[in-house]
Amino acid sequence: MLEIKNLSVSYGAISALHGISLEVKKGDIVTLIGGNGAGKTTTLRTISGLVRPRSGEIIYEGQNITRTPPHKIVAAGLAHVPEGRMVFANLTVAENLAMGAYLRTDKEEIARELDYVYSIFPRLKERIKQQAGTMSGGEQQMLAIGRALMSKPKFLMLDEPSLGIAPLLVKTIFEKIVEINRKHGITILLVEQNANLALEISKYGYVLETGKIILQNDSKSLRQDPKVKSAYLGG
Amino acid sequence: MEWFFQQLINGLALGAIYALIALGYTMVYGVLRFINFAHSDVLMLGAFAAYFVTPAIWKIFPAQSITGALLITLVTALLCAGMGILIELLAYRPLRKRPKLTVLITAIGVSLFIEFTCQHKAVFGSKTRPFPQLLPMHDFHIGNLLVNSNDIVVLGVTVVLLVALWFIVQKTKIGTAMRAVSFNMQAASLMGINVNRIVSFTFGLGSALAGIAGILYSMKAPGIEPLMGIQPGLRAFIAAVLGGIGNLPGAALGGIVIGIVETYAGGIAGVSNYRDGIAFAMLIGILIFRPAGLLGKTTIEKV
Ligand SMILES: Nc1ncnc2c1ncn2[C@@H]1O[C@H](COP(=O)(O)OP(=O)(O)O)[C@@H](O)[C@H]1O
Ligand SMILES: [Mg+2]
Repeated sequence: MLEIKNLSVSYGAISALHGISLEVKKGDIVTLIGGNGAGKTTTLRTISGLVRPRSGEIIYEGQNITRTPPHKIVAAGLAHVPEGRMVFANLTVAENLAMGAYLRTDKEEIARELDYVYSIFPRLKERIKQQAGTMSGGEQQMLAIGRALMSKPKFLMLDEPSLGIAPLLVKTIFEKIVEINRKHGITILLVEQNANLALEISKYGYVLETGKIILQNDSKSLRQDPKVKSAYLGG
Repeated sequence: MEWFFQQLINGLALGAIYALIALGYTMVYGVLRFINFAHSDVLMLGAFAAYFVTPAIWKIFPAQSITGALLITLVTALLCAGMGILIELLAYRPLRKRPKLTVLITAIGVSLFIEFTCQHKAVFGSKTRPFPQLLPMHDFHIGNLLVNSNDIVVLGVTVVLLVALWFIVQKTKIGTAMRAVSFNMQAASLMGINVNRIVSFTFGLGSALAGIAGILYSMKAPGIEPLMGIQPGLRAFIAAVLGGIGNLPGAALGGIVIGIVETYAGGIAGVSNYRDGIAFAMLIGILIFRPAGLLGKTTIEKV
């Protein structure tokens, strides 16, 4: 469904990705793990068009989207839940969700999508009129995911959904990610520093280190890999 | 007492105009985080647009008719919206990713460019021209107060525009998108929002308000000339900062406050020459004691 070939990205003189290649098959959850500064966020930001690559290609469902602007990438069915959530703190929960559906015009379909998001995250429904900035980190993460789902994506990218969230909520959110994938058939590319959780729910995994893919395998095998164990799974 | 109410009416009318201009400064700041110094020149261009459009429209509709005045206002607003969009497209968009100081200096350059181009004799020339009386003028006596119909028009138009703007920004999809872009441009683009289009819309909206403010200001001014935007522009800029830059109700409130203060100060012998000094003193006071402005939220500067 998504294929990245030889992608290189730099910020000015700093090189962040050195020719990475990866593939995400339709219907799967694929994870990209790696330490701080490995280039995970850069990978997702380049896919969604926020960052321009220096070289390489991004192919989504047969289309080359390497230099497509972000708003057109959303239109093609990719949604990106960015690192740090980036909910619109100055907007209400309802307005945030409405912005997620910005490109859609069919009111009935949007209402159906809204019900679907509320069924996944009932807590959002209780907070419809609340300013998003006043919610807890976990609630904001739910909102960020819900907002991305409002665009009715076929492909969802999540950047560290566990970051800065109470452990109990992390479990809930990961269950919901699995549900979104299984029940609704949305393909997922999950970026995480919490490798344990990410490898548990994913089918296939890539390990990124200083801008290079150093390992890739199905998630089960990666969990047994001694190198992954010592570096990312805490022994 | 009489004097007090008389000045209050005058001050409100003047403040309403400043409010309309201040909204444009604050809206652009809200989405792009810089002060569009050329905004005051759009006001001037609005005054000239109305000046040139009026005779043509009065050929179709009776002179000084309400329909005619509305049509003149509409055409002016549209021309100014186009002008604002064009300024952003040509001057500011290519610099979107540059340091804000670069854009700020460019804005000053654009402002000077428009002012001096318009002063050239092949364009408007530098002499002051009389602005046409768009509506018949009456004086009303309410008790001992004298109220001019122009002031009522100014206040009425401003109230209508403020309500319309509030509705657009708070209740429509494009207004919500404006607020989203203002909060976080990249997150907004991840929603499928075409940020450039929202920026254009913001410039168009602010410039339309400036154009209408140009008409209202000219109704009260002795005449129009290419540098006429500088003074109201400066005061509206102070108003926008006073109210809390980026904050729409703040800009409206700041405009009214500055208008009223200016009018009272202007009415006191010996003080009237210090009107601008007083406005700046208020601005400095606010910046010291309430840096975010009257209605702005105090936030830590994001790095
Ligand atoms: N906006 C930026 N400007 C300059 N360097 C950046 C920027 N964003 C990230 N980097 C650098 O790129 C590298 C990869 O960062 P990032 O993609 O955020 O990693 P990760 O998400 O895996 O922590 C790091 O060395 C980081 O310092
Ligand atoms: Mg990251």
